[in-house]
Amino acid sequence: MSGALAAAASTTSTGEAVQFWVLGTVAVIGALCTILMRKAVHSALSLAGTMIVLAVFYLANGAYFLGVVQIVVYTGAIMMLFLFVVMLVGVTAADSLKETLKGQRWLAALCGLGFGILLCAGIGNASLKTFDGLGQANSGGNVEGLAALVFTKYVFAFEITGALLITAAVGAMVLTHRERTERARSQREQSEERVRTGKHVPPLPAPGVYARHNAVDIPGLLPDGTTSELSVNATLRGRGQVRDVSGEALAELAALEQRSERWLGRRKPEGTEAEGAEGAAGASEDAEHRKGAAK
Amino acid sequence: MNPVNYLYLAALLFTIGAAGVVIRRNAIVLFMCVELMLNACNLAFVTFSRLHGNLDGQIIAFFTMVVAAAEVVVGLAIIVTVFRSRHSASVDDASLMKL
Amino acid sequence: MENLIGLLVAAPLLGAAVLLCGGRRLDRTGHYLGTVLAGASFVIGAVLFADMLGRGEHDRALHSQVFSWIPVGGFRADVAFQLDQLSMTFVLLISGVGTLIHIYSIGYMEHDERRRRFFGYLNLFLAAMLLLVLADNYLLLYVGWEGVGLASYLLIGFWQHKPSAATAAKKAFIVNRVGDMGLSIAIMLMFTTFGTFAFAPVLANAEDASEGKLTAIGLMLLLAACGKSAQVPLQSWLGDAMEGPTPVSALIHAATMVTAGVYLITRSGAIFNAAPDAQAAVVAVGAVTLLFGAIVGCAKDDIKKALAGSTMSQIGYMILAAGLGPVGYVFAIMHLVTHGFFKAGLFLGAGSVMHGMNDEVDMRKYGGLRKYMPVTFVTFGLGYLAIIGFPGLSGFWSKDKIIEAAFAKGGTEGWILGGAALLGAAITAYYMTRVMLMTFFGEKRWEPAPDPDKAPSVEPGIEVRPGEMPHPHESPKSMTIPMVVLAFGSVFAGGLFSLNDAFLKWLEPVTGHSHGHSPLSAATVTAGTMVVLAIGVALAWAQYGRKPVPRTAPRGSLLTRAARRDLLQDDFNHVALVQPGRYLTRGLVYVDHKLVDGVVNGTAAGVGGLSGRLRKLQNGYARTYAVSMFGGTAVLIAATLLMRAV
Repeated sequence: MSGALAAAASTTSTGEAVQFWVLGTVAVIGALCTILMRKAVHSALSLAGTMIVLAVFYLANGAYFLGVVQIVVYTGAIMMLFLFVVMLVGVTAADSLKETLKGQRWLAALCGLGFGILLCAGIGNASLKTFDGLGQANSGGNVEGLAALVFTKYVFAFEITGALLITAAVGAMVLTHRERTERARSQREQSEERVRTGKHVPPLPAPGVYARHNAVDIPGLLPDGTTSELSVNATLRGRGQVRDVSGEALAELAALEQRSERWLGRRKPEGTEAEGAEGAAGASEDAEHRKGAAK
Repeated sequence: MNPVNYLYLAALLFTIGAAGVVIRRNAIVLFMCVELMLNACNLAFVTFSRLHGNLDGQIIAFFTMVVAAAEVVVGLAIIVTVFRSRHSASVDDASLMKL
Repeated sequence: MENLIGLLVAAPLLGAAVLLCGGRRLDRTGHYLGTVLAGASFVIGAVLFADMLGRGEHDRALHSQVFSWIPVGGFRADVAFQLDQLSMTFVLLISGVGTLIHIYSIGYMEHDERRRRFFGYLNLFLAAMLLLVLADNYLLLYVGWEGVGLASYLLIGFWQHKPSAATAAKKAFIVNRVGDMGLSIAIMLMFTTFGTFAFAPVLANAEDASEGKLTAIGLMLLLAACGKSAQVPLQSWLGDAMEGPTPVSALIHAATMVTAGVYLITRSGAIFNAAPDAQAAVVAVGAVTLLFGAIVGCAKDDIKKALAGSTMSQIGYMILAAGLGPVGYVFAIMHLVTHGFFKAGLFLGAGSVMHGMNDEVDMRKYGGLRKYMPVTFVTFGLGYLAIIGFPGLSGFWSKDKIIEAAFAKGGTEGWILGGAALLGAAITAYYMTRVMLMTFFGEKRWEPAPDPDKAPSVEPGIEVRPGEMPHPHESPKSMTIPMVVLAFGSVFAGGLFSLNDAFLKWLEPVTGHSHGHSPLSAATVTAGTMVVLAIGVALAWAQYGRKPVPRTAPRGSLLTRAARRDLLQDDFNHVALVQPGRYLTRGLVYVDHKLVDGVVNGTAAGVGGLSGRLRKLQNGYARTYAVSMFGGTAVLIAATLLMRAV
């Protein structure tokens, strides 16, 4: 990149300028999206985009090592950690953007505006007309230069960050660890108890089996066409994230039958007896059963 | 173009991040905004490094990343713990520290 | 011998401690213990006296260092005793008369259920007074001085169930406090002037100090003496102090309290000698008081109050004499001792009369008692003759000398003072004759005992049935014997002292003495005294002996009415001190309520209101706090930029 210029230059190359203005806009848009998106996942993705742009800027500024680290560690690891937590907490839960604290937005806008303007004023105030460039510092290689500093001048800080990371890891474990207060029941005990109580002796029904939807959030349909609550994970049920497609499926099935009959020309619409497509056989049988029961 | 523009960009990103911390309620998004602020700082450090022609700024940025990683680990663990007990990730719900 | 000095004080102090802390088990024997310890003090005093007589005139003073009390840098206060001839005189008077009063009290307080406590207080009184006269520095003297004030408070208010007694005790204490303030200021002045307050260095260096300072010290000492010795203008407590039991009155008036002022001035003689202005103030106070007390004494119908006026007047003589300087010190002390004898005798006699008359104190309801109480009559009569200065009796020897010394002051001053002293002698003769005639002569004017519901018995324990006529009777032996002993003192002490100028020679090494140049010869003065004495007695006889005494007091002249009200002393104090004090207090209370409280409450309300508003900032929402941090950071940046721009 153009970081390796002669000492005391006052402008960068035109290419870098173009890159700055284009990617800078992207970074700002990404940042704005981060704070304005209603869903945390979108925010995270926008932030990841901004971070990648920043990685490019690091590279442009001669920080090759940091640029790579930014992508690998930040965008790769930390943002994934964010997404992981978002998953744990719930992907679908969208935030309302309605402000509940009185005057918070106004204050935030006022402070943000004042802060930004003052910061920019400060930067503009500083006499930074010329810059040295990293040509000399990076002459032996950027990574080598950083290593020389980390292991000499900043060795203590480096060691302390090691301790910090270990502490953070232990802290995270302590925070998320839950003490088990009772002995876990073995599989054998669980099955024995099921048999003893006589409830759900066979395994629980699988989700989405009879509905031609292969997803865990869609309950399986019972032979009579109704949904089986048991087939969906209790967590999803608890969050209300069960997608019930039974009605939809039945309607679709009926439409399919009608279409196939018309296509085959075997039956007039007044006759409701169906022995059509194999795929829908169970369901139609089920419907007939229900009719019979009604008669 | 003068590299000082990178500093303006950093200031802008930092302000956006700070505003996000203030206006968002979801703790995870809040954390993302903090990360955004840290990244803005890093950009400034890297730019300073270039302006001054030595690598100390990059070292600081490097340390910032390490600290940010540690902070995210602990912070997210806290969020998970809070969510577990309160079934909410909103920072407004944890408002018991008042008179 | 030195070690015995401490015992003088320790004996009654021990008695006070045992009696006051011992509790009920000492109720039956406590008074004997108190009397024995008071007697022990007297015996030790007598031993020391004998020892002192055995030594040469100029090394009679004994000194005893007990312990170092407050050694702080240059400040040094010791508990140390000094026993010289002056202290010795007082020790013998205090412990001797005190012991007699103890014995008398055994009989007098026989029926009082708090007798043990009474004797404890009496012992405390003796101990404090002995400490006062034995101290070798002003600070220790101050301790005794305050102890006397405390004991007098406790004893005057001994019958605290009577509101009048409680008030009188408070009055005595408060008025004394004014004097005490004077003494403490005087001690402080001494410390700044001399760097010490031990008697020896202070008195030795008195001449070197500036006269202004000495005058200030002298006036402060005079104020102190006025408080304790009931001199004008701090005289008002003495009359009310009669609310205490009669032995207390005798003790206060004869042996202990009121003599403290005379002692203080005599002891500080070197200071007064070097400060003529202070001395002039002393004589003025003495002269005024001797007339003031005498006039009050003339108007009182209450036997004890008449005697109280007489005490004031006699102490006035002593202060006058002490103010005359070396000419008068010896005579002041001599009169003090003789007065101790006859005034104690008179008070004990008065107590005896009251004892026999159902605690009646109004002399208009006495009369003709000489047949019923012969011993009391004789002893009281001898005391009477002594106090008016009947030739040959004690009072004659001492008072005559004082009058002579007053004339010896010289110039117009001498004439005025001498005249005042002579006039005082005349009035003394008048009012004492009046007391004598109204009490023991004339027809009986006895009245039945008052209804206790209307007028509660003055002294509890003596059973008085309402409506019963008094049956005057001689008092028990324990009361009469002290009276007899004191009567002997009243008769012979003065003569004994004057024999060969014995008392003069005895005290001279301590106080110094100089013969003044009287414009009148001694014989002339004596003759003049005899004449005014005769006039006073004759006037009294004309008024109270020849004519029957009216049962109710006639309205009397303006002066008489004023004198009955103690020459308006209380009214004066009320108008001059109490009222302005009240207004000042009210003003201060107003300022306190409005201004001080206003500021304090206003501050509190302001802080409270501000906090009430500020606490809304703490709403528990982390985001609100974040905004404030955000704004704060912006302000910090602004400040930084501003500082750089400037």
